[in-house]
Amino acid sequence: MFKILNLSNIFFWIEKLIGFINSIFFILLLVALSLALIFSPPDYLQGDSVRIMYVHVPSAWIGLASFSIIAILSIAYFIFKIKNIKLINKSIAPIGLMFTCLALVTGSIWGQPTWGTWWAWDARVTSMLILALFYIGFISTHKFITDENKANKISSIIAIIGLINIPIIKYSVEWWNTLHQPASIKLTGESSIHPSMLMPLFLMFFVLILYCALIFLMKYKTEIIRIKKKNLKRL
Amino acid sequence: MLPKKVKKRASLLAITLLVTVIGIFFILKSLNKNILYFKSPTDIKNNQNINFDKKIRVGGMVKKDSLIIKEEEIKFIITDFNNEINISFSGTVPNLFSEEKGVVAEGKLQDKTFFIADRILAKHDENYMPPELKDIMKKNAK
Repeated sequence: MFKILNLSNIFFWIEKLIGFINSIFFILLLVALSLALIFSPPDYLQGDSVRIMYVHVPSAWIGLASFSIIAILSIAYFIFKIKNIKLINKSIAPIGLMFTCLALVTGSIWGQPTWGTWWAWDARVTSMLILALFYIGFISTHKFITDENKANKISSIIAIIGLINIPIIKYSVEWWNTLHQPASIKLTGESSIHPSMLMPLFLMFFVLILYCALIFLMKYKTEIIRIKKKNLKRL
Repeated sequence: MLPKKVKKRASLLAITLLVTVIGIFFILKSLNKNILYFKSPTDIKNNQNINFDKKIRVGGMVKKDSLIIKEEEIKFIITDFNNEINISFSGTVPNLFSEEKGVVAEGKLQDKTFFIADRILAKHDENYMPPELKDIMKKNAK
């Protein structure tokens, strides 16, 4: 019915996209990193440790975004049983886990000099840790449950329940007293980060998104190859 | 029109989600006091039964001109602009600790206005700017 959804067509487009991203990724990464780590100004209060933010904030965004995507696709899978979704979800999950852990680790490294502690059980940090646990739960169902239908069902339920955690993470800094500072960049209204720091931040975010896309496409490709090896022509 | 099976699954999912959201809402509501990372001076003033042997955290702003640094002791006042609490601390403070900045003190209450801390954490606000800009803003304020 949909010619573009034919496996060999998808494969062709994936190859092209990977090639394109590869050709621009390293140049952009160099530009973004040098802007973030060398040319952007230090903060008036934190000094150079503000540079951790350029990795920390995009990682946290990506961690949240990929879980939201997984959860919404899981709802679609649960209702419509579209088989392609499980491949997409399986390919996104490790990326999301990696960036969530990166946000936790960089946050901890930043917290030691600024807050004076590596770890605080405040609402933002704890809910982020719970997100990482949801990711681990999601990924491990596919590793431990051999019956594929059962694994897909359980993992999509985990993702859908985990969706409730996302607004809790987002609004934790507003609902409760936390050690973590409130959001600097708001959907509406002016951001409280100076433009000279905002630009490298968004550039780093864009580069990390490209990196995610690259890893996702490569993982998705291997999942398709795995299906082809089982001699299944269509999903 | 959607098939009957799809409709059934969708409604099942909607009901389960609704129930979990309501459940989690009530869990968070009942845990509300424990989720708070620190108490404000006003919370402490309004609290009738304080356990003085238990470690707690008090947070707020370091009051302007209240910081006294002696050889072995640092004294300051935490304020939430309604109520205040006196803090005594001996030890090292994090880089960001200064007057008119957010702070969280961990330790034990002696009475409702005096607190002995054994750890100080600095709370950063959401503002980021280069140092030159801060100087200009200071000049303008004067």
